[in-house]
Amino acid sequence: MRKNEKVLDAIINRYKSGKREDLIPLLQEIQEETGFLSEEALKKVGSLMGLSTTKIYGLATFYDRFRFTPRGKYHLVICNGMGCYLNGGGAVIAKIREELGIEPGETTRDGKFSYELSNCMGACIHGPLLIVNGKYHLKVKAEQIQSMISMLRKESENPKIT
Amino acid sequence: MENIKKFLIDRVLLFDSETLPDETEKVLQNIRREKNEHPVVYISSGTGSIISGAENTYSAAKSYFSSKNPEAAVVRTGCSGPLNFEPLVCIQLPGKNKLFFRNITEEKVEPLLDGVFHNDIPEEDIVGQKGSGDYGMWPGIPFIDEIPFFGCQKRIVLGNCGCYDPESIEEYIARGGYRTFIKTIRNYTHSEVCEIIEKSGLRGRSGGGYLTGSKWKSALYTSASSRYLICNAKESDPGAFVARSIIESDPHRLIEGIAISAYAIDATTAIIYLKSETGLALKRIAKALDRVREYGIIGHNIFSSGFNLDIQIRTDPGAFVCGEETALIASLEGKRGMPRLKPPYPANYGLAGKPTVINNVETLMNVPLIMQNGPDWFRSIGTERSKGTKVFSVTGKGRFSGVVEVEMGTSVRYIVEKIADGIKDGGKFKAVEIGGAQGYFIDEASLDTAIDFDVMKEKGIGMGAGGFVIIDTSTCIVDLVKYHMEFIHNESCGKCIPCREGTARMYEILESVIKKPRSDDSYTTLERFKGVMQLESIASVMKDASLCGLGQTAPNPFISALEKFRDEFEEHIFDRKCRANVCRGLRTFIIDVEKCTGCTVCATRCPFNAIYGTRLQPFFIVEEKCTGCGICYDVCKFGAVIIK
Repeated sequence: MRKNEKVLDAIINRYKSGKREDLIPLLQEIQEETGFLSEEALKKVGSLMGLSTTKIYGLATFYDRFRFTPRGKYHLVICNGMGCYLNGGGAVIAKIREELGIEPGETTRDGKFSYELSNCMGACIHGPLLIVNGKYHLKVKAEQIQSMISMLRKESENPKIT
Repeated sequence: MENIKKFLIDRVLLFDSETLPDETEKVLQNIRREKNEHPVVYISSGTGSIISGAENTYSAAKSYFSSKNPEAAVVRTGCSGPLNFEPLVCIQLPGKNKLFFRNITEEKVEPLLDGVFHNDIPEEDIVGQKGSGDYGMWPGIPFIDEIPFFGCQKRIVLGNCGCYDPESIEEYIARGGYRTFIKTIRNYTHSEVCEIIEKSGLRGRSGGGYLTGSKWKSALYTSASSRYLICNAKESDPGAFVARSIIESDPHRLIEGIAISAYAIDATTAIIYLKSETGLALKRIAKALDRVREYGIIGHNIFSSGFNLDIQIRTDPGAFVCGEETALIASLEGKRGMPRLKPPYPANYGLAGKPTVINNVETLMNVPLIMQNGPDWFRSIGTERSKGTKVFSVTGKGRFSGVVEVEMGTSVRYIVEKIADGIKDGGKFKAVEIGGAQGYFIDEASLDTAIDFDVMKEKGIGMGAGGFVIIDTSTCIVDLVKYHMEFIHNESCGKCIPCREGTARMYEILESVIKKPRSDDSYTTLERFKGVMQLESIASVMKDASLCGLGQTAPNPFISALEKFRDEFEEHIFDRKCRANVCRGLRTFIIDVEKCTGCTVCATRCPFNAIYGTRLQPFFIVEEKCTGCGICYDVCKFGAVIIK
């Protein structure tokens, strides 16, 4: 937490002028460095810009890419493009939602999983496409999701000694 | 490195005459790798290629040469088209034509290279050869232009894609790049450039098809202390990836296009508004901008011409509606990305109240070509009122998918049958959807519609950003319309009521159409019919009363689907049947008594306890309990569960 605060202060220092058009790049940078927008961060940005925290929160929730909880240990990105949908991507998304019990942009309570939907990534012939912590899984089927997630769960409980 | 830079600036970019002296040309040929003395391997590296494993192919080729032939070069290029061929590898031996090979994964690299060096071309991997006259031809190998996917296209905007290393500014300059920009700022005034572009008949490639030159003039003639040019590279339609692919493969020409356009409207700041998920495109354009600054092509007082230009990159924080001009500007100003009423148009009152021109990537890519070859050259391509070419990202059920470019006036059928080469896996063609989430369906009967702004407008079709999705009979049109409606509903900004509420209601009604309630009593049936009857009127209200393009075009997929596939909608509503067997709620499963062995797998796996029976006797499904999830269908090893 201490470390995050330092990072936060360093970023805010860079945007000292507090111009309104810098607000979104500032929030984007905070999210990139610390992984999410904490309450603390929103308050600090608010006092820098001279805006109320609710106003900033209202702005940030308007956009899909901002998240307000840390990412899970396993972060899943699913392509919601047309090519993937035609190959059964809709069922994959529904299955993940059902398995994890969370909406896109949220994190499970144990902090293990989070997921988000992405726009078309241009690999339509390999769809449906699923990215787990940066690793691509091609042609994913809805039936595989359950075993995939339980495998990841197991893996997080007994991490391999390498 | 310093020497090359100095050489390129003094002897190429700032060289006065149109034709370069022979000795300069020779050096440039070397940079273009045209007269290579050692083998060169080009590996296509767009996002699509990398997902298919191009990075591993690259490192495998590198390590192959490091032990056997350290002089050989391995180069990453942009993506040249068909996604089916990725990772696409091109090998050029000294004095020979380029050879293209498809699907070269890591383990195929060594045998392939060994084979090519010993004149033994693996037949199953070869795509074709490409080369010009004075190079050696490979006997018995087809030329790449003879393959319909390549031969049927007219690649102008995409001309450089896949031919050079997108991270190398030297190669772009050696291919004639940035000379047009320097020539333009030295020889033409702002209004002359606007005049040339207007004369060429270039129309904005997204949405309305407004004359680009007129838009620029309107911004240039609005008096202001500063102006802005925004390159709208945010395409987040499901199924469109034109802009991203162009930026990944040819970032330098885009920068040149932006620079010329900024000069034309006398803007000193240009902003590239990029989609945030496009990691590779962002990396490449940022790197390209660094190199351009290093060369002094953008910056303060560019080559003593008195013109200043700064290009910035901004990524979008994720809102579909920010593709709309005024919403995009609001988002750049640090506000919620909500559109406002037009007029005043951004060309008169835009970012920070200054005249702002917003063009999309494809439009800007045409600009350097028009300035280089003249407006008459551009007028000679295309139809009477739509000039030039159009780029589409073809995906879906076609045999080939990828980014393709065709001349205006080409029919939709030509793309489907020639370039995409029909439907894959023996499927049957059903429709093409043009224009992404707010697009239109074009069915078999209207396949001969020409790609042309006015012809399409007459038929009520908008061309959109370049999404071109081919669907076959295994796709349910109602389900697809619902998918689009869900997308738009999630992305509606919520400012105006017709769009905010209309999309929600339409989504709800469509969902009621494809869902089967546990008990279909008369009240729910009545409600469903009532909803369906209202769908059309909601759609027309949204079209008329929404504030921005997003809301006005949101009902398009529904309207065009209803027009073309009314029978399918009626089948869903009245017969409660989905002919493509996609809508889960409408599927009815039965067990084939002949085939069932009574293994009990389906009964134990059924989450709703809808399957009954005695072990080793045929089982049966209780229809009232079944939700149509299809698990029994998937788990049955004997094919005894069938969809009625």
